[in-house]
Amino acid sequence: MTEPDYLNANYTLRSWFFTTDHKRIAILYFASLTLFFFIGGAAATAMRIELATPQADLVSDDIYNRLFTMHGIIMVWFFLIPSIPNTLGNFIVPLMIGARDLAFPRLNLLSWYIFMLGGSVTLFAILAGGIDTGWTFYTPFSTLYSNSYVMVAAAGVFIAGFSSILTGLNFIVTIHRLRAPGLTWYRLPLFIWSLYATSVILVLATPVLAITLVLIAVERFFGVGFFDPRIGGDPLLFQHLFWFYSHPAVYIMILPGMGVINELISCFSRKQVFGYKFVAWASLAIAALGFLVWGHHMFVTGQSLLASLVFSFMSFVVAVPSAIKVFNWTATLHKGSLRFDAPMLYALAFIGLFTIGGLTGLFLACLAFDVHATDTYFVVAHFHYIMVGGMVTAYFGGLHYWWPKITGRLYSEYWARAAAILIFLGFNLTFFPQFVLGAEGMPRRYHVYPPEFQVWNVLSSGGATILAAAYLLPLLYLGYSAFFGSRAPANPWDAPGLEWQTSSPPPEHNFDVQPVVTRAPYQYRNFEAEPQNA
Amino acid sequence: MTQRRPSLPLVAAWLGLLGLLALTVTMAYVPLGAANAVVALSIGITKAALVAAIFMELRHRDALALLFAGAGLFWLGILLWLGLMDFLTRT
Repeated sequence: MTEPDYLNANYTLRSWFFTTDHKRIAILYFASLTLFFFIGGAAATAMRIELATPQADLVSDDIYNRLFTMHGIIMVWFFLIPSIPNTLGNFIVPLMIGARDLAFPRLNLLSWYIFMLGGSVTLFAILAGGIDTGWTFYTPFSTLYSNSYVMVAAAGVFIAGFSSILTGLNFIVTIHRLRAPGLTWYRLPLFIWSLYATSVILVLATPVLAITLVLIAVERFFGVGFFDPRIGGDPLLFQHLFWFYSHPAVYIMILPGMGVINELISCFSRKQVFGYKFVAWASLAIAALGFLVWGHHMFVTGQSLLASLVFSFMSFVVAVPSAIKVFNWTATLHKGSLRFDAPMLYALAFIGLFTIGGLTGLFLACLAFDVHATDTYFVVAHFHYIMVGGMVTAYFGGLHYWWPKITGRLYSEYWARAAAILIFLGFNLTFFPQFVLGAEGMPRRYHVYPPEFQVWNVLSSGGATILAAAYLLPLLYLGYSAFFGSRAPANPWDAPGLEWQTSSPPPEHNFDVQPVVTRAPYQYRNFEAEPQNA
Repeated sequence: MTQRRPSLPLVAAWLGLLGLLALTVTMAYVPLGAANAVVALSIGITKAALVAAIFMELRHRDALALLFAGAGLFWLGILLWLGLMDFLTRT
């Protein structure tokens, strides 16, 4: 009789909600994040419908404010930040390093409960009437003028932050302490390096967000002057503190995506990642340098010229390690034995979209251009190319790549490729027109606009329709495969990583025998014999 | 089986923090001019050191844990350095 896998070891609800198995906790996160993704997506859909015409015909200005705030808060804190670390990372990290679980399994479960508590509080704020400050909670509006549920939403985000900290802590300790014998740092898959760098940011930056939200509460409730100049505060202090967390948070979102791309590019090129050590250290360089650039969000706020110059320069510097990664992925593709399976399509889409997002970020790092583009749709397009074109695409790529391992089932390759192509097309049609709109001066966060902007807005809303349908497709065919798909073998991609050396789905304790690592990662043994089936 | 920690250092540190809190409040009402800020910050640093050494048990930890704790301080330094660069050089 074969040993039960982690899915069929026990079927009770208790066995799921009190599990300390990292794989089951990953599934809990996956279900929760999928729910939040579609809630945040619904808000975006309503906004794009409203913006299809210049006049206000679906929602009022006040409701529109609440829609984009809900979209931002839900997507940033309850989808993008936890997406890859807490689902794919939770599932894959112990398997990749040959461990039986994360270092602190109960802390891992606690992290999910804290996340759900934070999410529930935030959803309550939305259902009770919503928040109209934007996801950035800028003062003095959030502290003095807004009569929406600011503090409830801030409390939700504050609580969820502790979940991030616990996850980061768990990953750091796990990667330090639980690596299999022989698995030295330079034998680690680059996904692990990326998650390590992400975890360092999670642990170091998230407390600053928590402190900032507490300061808002103290000023709002007790009148202590932190941000209000009438009582001795400085409004820019809020922005400094907020962006000290929130710019590194962009790297919390994108670094795990970059980690996934390493695995996909390598697997579907049947090659080692070009310049492994440079890519590994580039992750840590991004994590460190990402803390030195936050002031580029504040060029037009009255920040000193010297500070703006320094932040502008550092923003160019942080592009260097990102560029190293892009060049090295491209070099990995060179003379590889390429296969265009669905995960690879997502990876290739990531490289293109991330590059556009990154390069337009350099435009915005230029002081003079930023004055023109601040608070326009150019900024909206830029960060969506990073966060959606980059991060969400990587998330879907990783989800497809590890789906056979997670569920033990194979999905429909035809539908998976169709969804990947539709997502790529829908995404570009949605957001590329927004670069044009921004360059022409259309400000963000308005529900009405001059008629001359309508053509680009209609294109964008049409693209959003395709994108919404394309995001629903994986829900259908992956959902179908989870129950009715054909059984996956242990190693469907013929990949050398440790996670592929155990059965699909893995047993409760991951490995029957403790694996011992004797070679560098990405040793694709069949490279020479691989047919050129591109 | 984990060992129970002796509670004396914890209680002493807690009382010390309460004493320092009382000192902070008291000194806030003593007019020392610019020195008020220096006194308040000095007390704050002492409180943080007590928390790090006693409650976080860093005095018993290995180099790696100290490195991570030090990283927290270093990153606080970055926040203060780049943040103050704006406040101190505004025209």
